[in-house]
Amino acid sequence: MAATVAATAPRRPAVSVRRTLRRYGWTIAVYVLFALLMVATVVVKPDYGTFEWNTLTLAALPLAFAAVAQTVVVLSGGIDLSVGPLMALANVIALRAMVGHDLGYSIAASVAVLLAVTLAGAINGLIIVVTRVPDIVVTLATSFIWAGVALLVLAKPTPGVPFDYQNLAQGSALSPWIPNALLLLLVIPLVWVPLRRSRAGLSIYAVGSDRNAAFRSGVNLGWSRILAYAVCGFFAACGGLALSMTTGIGSPLAGTLYTLSAVSAIVLGGVSLAGGRGGMLGPIAAAYILSLIPAVLIYLGIDPNYGQMIQGLLIVIVVMIGGLGAVLRRS
Amino acid sequence: MSARLTTSLRIVQRNSILVLIALLVALAGLIEAIRPGAVNASWVSNILEFAAPLGILAAGQTLVVITGGIDLSVANVATAAAYIMASQSPFGVTRAIVLGLLVGVLVGVINGLGVAIFKVQPLIMTLAMGLVATGSLNVYEQAVARGVPSVPAVVHTLGSGTVLGYVPVSLFLWGAIAAILIAGLRGSGFGRLLYALGDNLEATRLAGVHAWQVLLTNYALCGLLSAVAGLVLAGTVNAADLGLATILLLPSVAAVVIGGTSIFGGSGSYSGTIVGALILTVLNSVLTLLDVPDPVKQILYGGIIILLAAAYTRVLGRD
Repeated sequence: MAATVAATAPRRPAVSVRRTLRRYGWTIAVYVLFALLMVATVVVKPDYGTFEWNTLTLAALPLAFAAVAQTVVVLSGGIDLSVGPLMALANVIALRAMVGHDLGYSIAASVAVLLAVTLAGAINGLIIVVTRVPDIVVTLATSFIWAGVALLVLAKPTPGVPFDYQNLAQGSALSPWIPNALLLLLVIPLVWVPLRRSRAGLSIYAVGSDRNAAFRSGVNLGWSRILAYAVCGFFAACGGLALSMTTGIGSPLAGTLYTLSAVSAIVLGGVSLAGGRGGMLGPIAAAYILSLIPAVLIYLGIDPNYGQMIQGLLIVIVVMIGGLGAVLRRS
Repeated sequence: MSARLTTSLRIVQRNSILVLIALLVALAGLIEAIRPGAVNASWVSNILEFAAPLGILAAGQTLVVITGGIDLSVANVATAAAYIMASQSPFGVTRAIVLGLLVGVLVGVINGLGVAIFKVQPLIMTLAMGLVATGSLNVYEQAVARGVPSVPAVVHTLGSGTVLGYVPVSLFLWGAIAAILIAGLRGSGFGRLLYALGDNLEATRLAGVHAWQVLLTNYALCGLLSAVAGLVLAGTVNAADLGLATILLLPSVAAVVIGGTSIFGGSGSYSGTIVGALILTVLNSVLTLLDVPDPVKQILYGGIIILLAAAYTRVLGRD
């Protein structure tokens, strides 16, 4: 429960700098890594411009939402291996609802999709709390279930997302350097910041940090965990809708890769898989890093097939350095 | 609760494997009820043949889960081992099989290094190594092999041959692995250390055990078993494509959980996992018989796994 302690402790400037570094060190490092990668990209590709930047924000948008979805659950001490299928579910329901309609109708449909998939996420949480089966087993099983439901909604990839709706992410209303896909990320703080400051949001951290202590402080463990899974469902739905906007199609298998990528992004983003520690800024930057790697490979003229291998290696190296740091600090 | 009921509940708890076997028989009965005459020697032979790769894959998973870890790279390793074996087979079958198995050991050793020495959470370490294995395999496929190589005859026989008409060849391999694992987990020092590490890592370390050596060996063993499972699976389906074992990841974890091994480590057995793998395979056979569309099958499969795991946690008082 680092968050509450820091908020209530009296502030002393000298300690505060060190504490800020300790608390946000990893996040800062992730942003530095992202900046370095961007510099390297511009060096490799001198004509890097708004088009490439726009492409990157589009590629990172669904992953950023997936990572944030996973983060909420991991903060509560769980893990959701059904994030990808939940995204696919949102994506296919959206296509079914929107095809052949105008923007207003599509946005109304999006709200319905958000509600439906939030409910699906809550069901994950409910099963875990009621059956007391470990999170990883339940969500592995529900990943099959939601993927099955997505296939029932839509059997095969189908185009037909209204163009106006696609333009919500694909255009750039303000400036070419601030594409809509970047602005859409604002959904994350709009939902997460108020939640985090509320009693309910704090209880998510509490449950993930120390379940016994949370219970003895009067936190309702069951509801807090279900809430975390529901919020995860909400962000996964955002990810699915982001896929609709960026790809223009509905695909029952679209989300498959995002389960693993999201876990990668949160680990790279400095969220502890043990729960209770971490925020949203790190995972979002990590989503951008992971999306930038394949692009850089293409600019370098390297076979993009190396992308997955390099992503995996990057994560292995990062977590090993993180682990080594923890081991050295202890000894 | 009456005394007799409590006693019988306790007997059930002590012998949970009997409950699992009863469930297995009930599922077979269900198949017989749906289609009379379906449960015969060749059906049993089929079930065993399809359960063998899963059972071997879940063997490695059992070892890791007993120590309180999890290996999410087993399916990727199995696929990589099978693919590399198949694509190298024109240059000598023995060499190809050894290479395939080495792939498993290599990934397992790196997993073990990460978990045991760098203290990375098993989930993320194995997930990332799974990505690396699959990514490397894609590169290998593009650069060297291309396409779907054919499986050498020896491996095909191992995966789908039968002796005396009904006994699958893979059953001998699976049986040998099972015997070693069951005896080893119960009787050997290494086996007991796995339980000790899963129960209380810190206490075991303070008792003077070199935990990292045990964990490293264990993950390497899991990698090796995954590779073996991949080879058997390639023999069973007689093809080695890039998505060969992907569908076995969930069942490999589910078989362990249904078999009564605690996902938090410290307790469980391979005999439970064997029955778990058989239950999942028979369940698949039931769903195939029901002739429902694939998505519905998938939903039922996931739902039943949750129900089984829930029954285990609730009724048998395990977690």
